[in-house]
Amino acid sequence: MANYSTNEFRSGLKVMLDGDPCSILDNEFVKPGKGQAFNRVRLRNLKTGRVWERTFKSGESLEGADVMDVTMEYLYTDGEFWFFMEPDTFEQHQADEAAVGDARQWLKEQEPVEVTLYNGTPLSVSAPNFVELEIIETDPGLKGDTAQGGSKPAKLTTGAVVKVPLFISQGEVIRVDTRSGEYVARASKS
Amino acid sequence: MHDWRPSADLAVLRQRASLLASVRAFFDRRGVWEVDTPLLAAHTVTDPALEPLIVQHCGASERPRYLQTSPEYAMKRLLAAGSGPIYQIAHAFRDDEQGRWHNPEFTLLEWYRPGLDLDSLMAEVADLVLPLLGWQRSQRFRYRDIFRETLSLDPFTATDAELAAAARRCVDTGDMTGERDLWLDLLMTHAIEPALAGQGVVFIHDYPASQAALARCRWVDGVEVAARFEVYIDGVELANGFHELADAGEQLRRFAADNRVRRERGLPEREPDAYLLAALNAGLPDCSGVALGLDRLLMVMCRAPQLSAVMPFDWQRS
Repeated sequence: MANYSTNEFRSGLKVMLDGDPCSILDNEFVKPGKGQAFNRVRLRNLKTGRVWERTFKSGESLEGADVMDVTMEYLYTDGEFWFFMEPDTFEQHQADEAAVGDARQWLKEQEPVEVTLYNGTPLSVSAPNFVELEIIETDPGLKGDTAQGGSKPAKLTTGAVVKVPLFISQGEVIRVDTRSGEYVARASKS
Repeated sequence: MHDWRPSADLAVLRQRASLLASVRAFFDRRGVWEVDTPLLAAHTVTDPALEPLIVQHCGASERPRYLQTSPEYAMKRLLAAGSGPIYQIAHAFRDDEQGRWHNPEFTLLEWYRPGLDLDSLMAEVADLVLPLLGWQRSQRFRYRDIFRETLSLDPFTATDAELAAAARRCVDTGDMTGERDLWLDLLMTHAIEPALAGQGVVFIHDYPASQAALARCRWVDGVEVAARFEVYIDGVELANGFHELADAGEQLRRFAADNRVRRERGLPEREPDAYLLAALNAGLPDCSGVALGLDRLLMVMCRAPQLSAVMPFDWQRS
């Protein structure tokens, strides 16, 4: 992989740091009036998700990380691994629990998701910002009750539980914001 | 599509024009006259922390020329020629300096006052800057005192290991290694400067002699300090002033020391500016001088979020 100097550090650049692949979030150039210049860099460790700040001497460089974001189709899980397929090559990848992380509760079979590969192996999986999922379990709907404020838990096909308004019934498909885990709207059934 | 439009609002650029007019009126009232020295010159600075932009081919000449990192050397030659007090509003160029507070091409206001000591020059900077900001007062700290107050550390007597440990407490530095001044610079930028946010105009003076650059040195309270000050506005470095070094021999030694550091760091050496050395030999009047970042001053005046918002066309669009 290529080496990147501090002045090439951009948000989104993937680099190796202390043996782990990291994504650069932010890079601030700082310099006293006279003397050594530094780069204050905010990074996310792509393995652990930890975000922190490290300072480098300006002009230092880091090795690029072989990290690629690939859109794949989610196939299924056997409970231990989650399987994904590259739609162009039909190549399959298996991701473990650590890689799938919180995205697991939003994965819907045959739907596209973003898989981050590190040296060709899934490192993390990002659910789309919005998913549409069917409710498999919730208290009976209260017809005509559209009053504000009331909500109840609803279990989705993926096992995720979200809060929905009282008028939503079992069997309905709803749109969920995966970043907050919140109900957005009813989805029109196709 | 190329975004051809300015990076600053036209209203801000009008404020820029009125700032330039205010500066010129200020110096006119004080009998300091404006000069205009070459931006592209045969020599550059030796400072290991400054990289110039270089023009490789100038006509038939094989020798490169350097876009000036500040107009300092040319202005000192004018002073040696008997100019008296002078100022300049000049574009300056520094390679690889880019960020929220940096643009590789920027505008410096630089002025020199024969016969003025550093105290009087600090007062003059305050006289210029405070009315522009609409503020009443400024503060002064010795470098030693601001370190003691902020970090409970004496930057002159602490060991290198103590300075490194203090820096590592402030920030993750990985496996960074360096000399004493590296840790001092790290503490200055990562601990002291943030502590100056909200403090308005702050002068820090009497730097360690190792950070003298082109300032004279003297002994104060048993330690050798540089007759140098920095001006901060709310923690942002605005200006740097010196009681100017006038001794040609000492100047030559500092050039050589800079080049030694350049060799150690694998940086190209810079040929000492023979014109400047000859001018110092002829005699530079006793004087103080200061260089002030006009873009940054405007940025604070307009509360702009970054330097590009006060420049007609920043580096990305120039």
